[in-house]
Amino acid sequence: MSIAQDDFDYLRTLVRQRSAIVLETGKEYLVESRLAPLAREVGVEGISGLVMLLRTDPRGQISNKVVDAMTTNETSFFRDLNPFDALRLKVIPDLIAARGKDRMLNLWCGAASSGQEPYTIAMTLREHFPQLNEWRIRFLATDISKEMLRRSRAGIYSQLEVNRGLPAKYLVKYFEQKGAEWQVRKDLRDMIEFSELNLAQPLPPMPKLDIVFLRNVLIYFDLATKRDILARVRGALHPEGYLFLGGSETTLNVDDQFRREACEKTFVYRPIRK
Amino acid sequence: MRALVVDDSKTMRMILKQILESLNYEVIEAEQGLEALEKLQGVELPELALVDWNMPVMKGIDLVRALRNDEHYAGMRIMMVTTETEMEQVRTALVEGADEYVMKPFTREMILEKLEILGLNPS
Ligand SMILES: C[S@@+](CC[C@H](N)C(=O)[O-])C[C@H]1O[C@@H](n2cnc3c(N)ncnc32)[C@H](O)[C@@H]1O
Ligand SMILES: [Mg+2]
Repeated sequence: MSIAQDDFDYLRTLVRQRSAIVLETGKEYLVESRLAPLAREVGVEGISGLVMLLRTDPRGQISNKVVDAMTTNETSFFRDLNPFDALRLKVIPDLIAARGKDRMLNLWCGAASSGQEPYTIAMTLREHFPQLNEWRIRFLATDISKEMLRRSRAGIYSQLEVNRGLPAKYLVKYFEQKGAEWQVRKDLRDMIEFSELNLAQPLPPMPKLDIVFLRNVLIYFDLATKRDILARVRGALHPEGYLFLGGSETTLNVDDQFRREACEKTFVYRPIRK
Repeated sequence: MRALVVDDSKTMRMILKQILESLNYEVIEAEQGLEALEKLQGVELPELALVDWNMPVMKGIDLVRALRNDEHYAGMRIMMVTTETEMEQVRTALVEGADEYVMKPFTREMILEKLEILGLNPS
C-alpha cells in the first residue's frame, strides 16, 4: 500500500504546523510506517482513513497522536559520552565556583524523549557533586510527546535500554529491578520535573538557565525555526550559561549571537557578551 | 590491542571476536575460565577480557576473582557478557572486580558503547 500525494501533503502540513518537524518529499515511507499502526488502533482503513478522520476534527485527540507518532525518539544513556565528560570535568565545576554565593542551579533539557538524557545528567550530578545536595537545583525536562513524557516520568527501561551506554555501576546504584525491567530510583526521579513543551512556540517563563541540553532535535526543523528556537533559548540562558547541542548541530551560520567554545572533547555554546 | 574472549558457546565467541577484530583487536579465545588462565601464560597481557558467566569447569565469576587476585592482571579491564540479569549478579560481578557488565542479548552498538566507557574503543 502506498500513500496518496494529497494525504501526504495534508499530514506533513499538519505535523509542521503543530511541531515544526519538516517531512520532506521522500519521507512517505516514514509517514506510512509510523501511522499505519495508529490507523489500525483507531480502527480506520489505512492512512487515507486516518486523514479523512483528521479533516473532520483537525485539532482532536487523533491529531495529537499523529504528531506524537511522527517524532523520532531515538536516545540512550550517556549518548556520545563527551558532553557528559564536559559537564563533569568543566561545566559543573565552573558553575559551582561561579554560583557559590546563591547556591542555585537551573537546568533544562528541551528534547528529553524517553528520559535517558535528563537521568544521565541527574546521575552525573549525584555521583560527582555531592555538595550540590545542599543547593537549590531546578531541573526541568520537556518534550512535545505525551507518550515520551509518560515514559520519562515512570523512569522504567527495558534490559536493552539499560544495556546501552549506561555504566554498570550506575545501574546498580541508581536503578531498581522491576521484573524484566529497570526503574530509576525515586530520589533521582524526584530531582526532575517533566512537562510538555513545544519548542516551536514561545517559551514559558523560566528562571535564567545555567545549563541547557537541546540535543538532536534542531535537525528536524527548517532554518527559520532553528533560528527562532536558538534566539529564544539565548533569551532564557544566563549570560554565563551553557548550551549543549547534538553532534551534528551547531549555532554557526544560524545564530551569530552564540560563541562556540571547545570543552573537553566537545563543544558548548554560550551567549556572546554584549 | 589484545582481547581475551571467554565463552563456552562457539557462536558467541565468534560474534564477539568479529566485533573486536573490526576494531583491530587481536583476540585470544577460551571456552572456560581455567583454559583462559592457561592461555594467558606467556603471552603479552590483553587490555580487555570479555567473560561469560555460565561455563563448565571454571565459571566467569570465578575467573574474574582469580584475575583480580593476581597483581599481574591489574591493568586488564574486565567486562562480563552474560545472560545473567539479576541486579544481585551485576553487583557481585562489580564487587569481584569486573569493570563493566553487558546482558545478553546485545548488539554490536552496545559493545562499542561499553568499550567507549572503558576508554577502549580505538575508533
Ligand atoms: C532524537 S530525540 C533526542 C533525545 C535526546 N535529546 C538525545 O539527544 O538523545 C528528539 C526528541 O525531540 C522531540 N521533539 C520533536 N519536535 C519537538 C518540538 N517541536 N518540541 C519539543 N520537542 C520536540 C521528540 O518528541 C523527540 O523525543
Ligand atoms: Mg555460557
